[in-house]
Amino acid sequence: MAPISTPLQQSGHAAQHVLEERDSVTIRFAGDSGDGMQLAGTQFTNASAILGNDISTLPDFPAEIRAPAGSLAGVSGFQVHFSSHDIHTPGDALNTLVAMNPAALKTNLRDLERGGILIINADAFTTSDLTKAGYKVNPLEDGSLKGYKIYSIPINKLNRDAVADMRLSPREADRCKNFFALGLVYWLYERPLEPTLKWIRDKFAKNPAVLEANTRTLKAGYHYGETAESMPVHYRVSKAQIKPGRYRKITGNEALAMGLVTATQLAGIPLVYGSYPITPASDILHYLADMKRYGVRTVQAEDEIAAMGVTVGAAFGGALGVTATSGPGVCLKSEAIGLAVMTELPCVIIDVQRGGPSTGLPTKTEQADLLQAMFGRNGECPAAIVAPCSPGDCFTMAFEAIRLAVTFMTPVFVLSDGYLANGSEPWAIPNIADLPHIPVKHPSAGSANGNGESNGHDHFLPYKRDERLVRQWAVPGTPGLEHRIGGLEKEDVTGNVCYDPANHEHMIKTRAKKIANIANEIPELSVVGPDEGDLLVIGWGGTHGAILSAVQRAQRKGYKVAAAHLRYLNPMPKNTEAVLRRYKRVLVPELNCGQLRLLLRAYFLVDAIGLNKVQGRPFLISEIEEEITRLLS
Amino acid sequence: MTAVTSLTTLSPKDLASDQDVRWCPGCGDYSILAQMKKVLAGLGIPREKLVFVSGIGCSSRFPYYLNTYGFHSIHGRAPTLATGLKVARPDLQIWVITGDGDGLSIGGNHLIHAIRRNVDMKIILFNNEIYGLTKGQYSPTSRLGTRTKSSPQGSLDNPLRPLSLAIGAEATFVARTIDVDVNHLTETLKRAAQHKGAAFVEIYQNCKIFNDGVFEYATDKSVKADSTLYLEHGKPLIFGKDRNKGIRLHGLDPEVVTLGSGITIDDLLIHDEKAEEPSLAYLLSRMVHPDFPECVGVFRCVERPTYDDLVNKQVTDVQRAKGPGKLEDLFTSDDVWVVE
Repeated sequence: MAPISTPLQQSGHAAQHVLEERDSVTIRFAGDSGDGMQLAGTQFTNASAILGNDISTLPDFPAEIRAPAGSLAGVSGFQVHFSSHDIHTPGDALNTLVAMNPAALKTNLRDLERGGILIINADAFTTSDLTKAGYKVNPLEDGSLKGYKIYSIPINKLNRDAVADMRLSPREADRCKNFFALGLVYWLYERPLEPTLKWIRDKFAKNPAVLEANTRTLKAGYHYGETAESMPVHYRVSKAQIKPGRYRKITGNEALAMGLVTATQLAGIPLVYGSYPITPASDILHYLADMKRYGVRTVQAEDEIAAMGVTVGAAFGGALGVTATSGPGVCLKSEAIGLAVMTELPCVIIDVQRGGPSTGLPTKTEQADLLQAMFGRNGECPAAIVAPCSPGDCFTMAFEAIRLAVTFMTPVFVLSDGYLANGSEPWAIPNIADLPHIPVKHPSAGSANGNGESNGHDHFLPYKRDERLVRQWAVPGTPGLEHRIGGLEKEDVTGNVCYDPANHEHMIKTRAKKIANIANEIPELSVVGPDEGDLLVIGWGGTHGAILSAVQRAQRKGYKVAAAHLRYLNPMPKNTEAVLRRYKRVLVPELNCGQLRLLLRAYFLVDAIGLNKVQGRPFLISEIEEEITRLLS
Repeated sequence: MTAVTSLTTLSPKDLASDQDVRWCPGCGDYSILAQMKKVLAGLGIPREKLVFVSGIGCSSRFPYYLNTYGFHSIHGRAPTLATGLKVARPDLQIWVITGDGDGLSIGGNHLIHAIRRNVDMKIILFNNEIYGLTKGQYSPTSRLGTRTKSSPQGSLDNPLRPLSLAIGAEATFVARTIDVDVNHLTETLKRAAQHKGAAFVEIYQNCKIFNDGVFEYATDKSVKADSTLYLEHGKPLIFGKDRNKGIRLHGLDPEVVTLGSGITIDDLLIHDEKAEEPSLAYLLSRMVHPDFPECVGVFRCVERPTYDDLVNKQVTDVQRAKGPGKLEDLFTSDDVWVVE
């Protein structure tokens, strides 16, 4: 696209600008934890979404609340990939890096493409901050950055100048510098100012000084770009072709909370959420605690085990019990989850996976709890497992988890991860009329079997099963259906405690078959690409975007490769084996050491190959693309 | 068959399930079960509203023997299930059956929090000072030096006093009773049933097989009058075969005194169930045989809002102030843009 030159701007500066069109841009804001990079990144994302780009984000922040200022450990980053076409990942290499201090430059420079734009807060490159970042020499002066397009800008000073006459303290003034940088980048990429100006007006309505200060610095940053001779080029990334509809930005955690509330409202069942704060799942508790208008009751339990106890107790009472946690919490909950499996009660366990093992990397993403969800309980203890593949899909899979839980009277795991939880993308707001209404039935008061039918006994039979092998959800408070359930093995149908050998084997197999029967009521596995070929790249969870993008690139190069993604992990769709067998080879990219691969190999005797990354970061498209090329060359 | 309607007048027989009771002959649990059936029958609460939640232990087999709703859950965690159940269903009357191991060892943490929150549940702790079901290890309430399979040279752990812990967690109802004192047991369970909030009852329960006779000082007719003190709200603390011994305060400590020689009833501590501060109740919970008579009865009975009420009220308050939630508002909680 030919560059469009724009005419002179205000304030009389003669600045000749060239406007270039770009398909997509990946920008990362990086600075000290106290520098407001998350806020700047979020605002940039909003502006881009409202403008109509497709977006995908990757926040990246440390576990500590506030590491020492200027330290490498304290660097916080926010990456936004925005595009005029359909994108599925937050971007491989950065086109633009905003580094607010030396530590941010040190930790992020390696991800910036050669010739990429480097916007530096020159004022932060003091001796002391350089030392904290491990620089012996100032990189701005030793020529080490000459491979990039550097814009070294005295942001601290310019920011303070913008609010000079407001009589703010230096600290108050400095707190706005992220908005100066943001304004500059808005100009650089032709983003609208109004959404952020409106956000400032709403957020600081009760604090006119801060409102004024942030407004000024945002505009000052924008103006700097317009007038500075040092920035001759700016960029346009046009609206993407997105299906018509109403959209909002959504993160995975928001989507899960909204999905839980929506599904239970439509099903007419109360939602009781028991949880314990843990990174990166705590926000789900925060969202739900703020949704009392929808009748949601949240219990912040004393620990993870108590949270699961609350969940199971609530389910016994006829509510949908839900809990969310991360890897370490699933460990703690395992016995209580086993109790839910054994008593066949409907509940949902969300695992927002993070780097492990043990405390691991609380704020980094990973997907290494699949085998824990499958097997992390004593005995033969099957639970259903689903896994959303994108932030927006978290809404859909929350629905699915609830549907499976109440239809099959079983706990259901939802395996999300840190990347999905905090990452965002545009989400098409659904038509409420089009959403599934999950049918829920409780046996009513009546003789013995509930619903007025006789069961040949004079008491209720809690483990009498229907053709799906599912028992009834008889709820305390219903006259005539008094019964006891528990964790001991029970005689089928009657539910009496029973140690009989044949009965135990029968119950183990029955509980297993009940879960296996779920395969009859979930969608089949679909592929993107040829129905058969040389390679199938199959994944689960948050790797979807990178896998799809890599496979699409390979397809464009002429390779006979297809992509598939499992959103139901236990049971897997009925046709999974058939699909795998249609390809000469199967590649399983995972952010773990080969957990889905292990299951595929064990279940289907398919020689699946793994591409495994456990660095606390999502896959780059290029990593998967390179492996595909390597396998098919 | 005719439809079953809510039974409003119950007899103890209506509360019995069809399961054979499997406790050892002579176990104190039989008495507790018998009195519980009597108490439940007389509450005027429909049977379907009663739920018994237990953990693991001999005590925790209790729910199977009652024809109410019941949940035999996992070791130490019954209060957590009961909390979730009560929050979801404030209309139910929930009993938690636990023991000294289930409730004070693995379950200590959950007990503290259920009590602290004042969740409306009746927590009945069968204290037999031993782990019975696992065949005789010492427990958190076993007296120091108890010889068991896991402590052949005698236990080393300083025993916990359940009531002191409950009072420390600020339980709004605290009581102690004895398995074989049938009338007192019945009365105590009834009062616990009537209490709104977390009601904690310790029952001295004899384990015939693994720890027989450990409460004989409190049950043997020839000695119990001198080793136990029956609490009555508003009355002075008097005990003894001849009702001539009492408890008075010496500084901050209780002191056993004999009436006469200048000591009168007016010198004695008066029991006050309703005292705001739990200090008196705590003091009474520290009185241990043989240095003191052990107090039996209701130590504390005060009113405080219950967690389940507060949780549900917060929800209804928000719904009243802001109106019930509309899904459309949920979806549009962040900026919406339209693509044509």
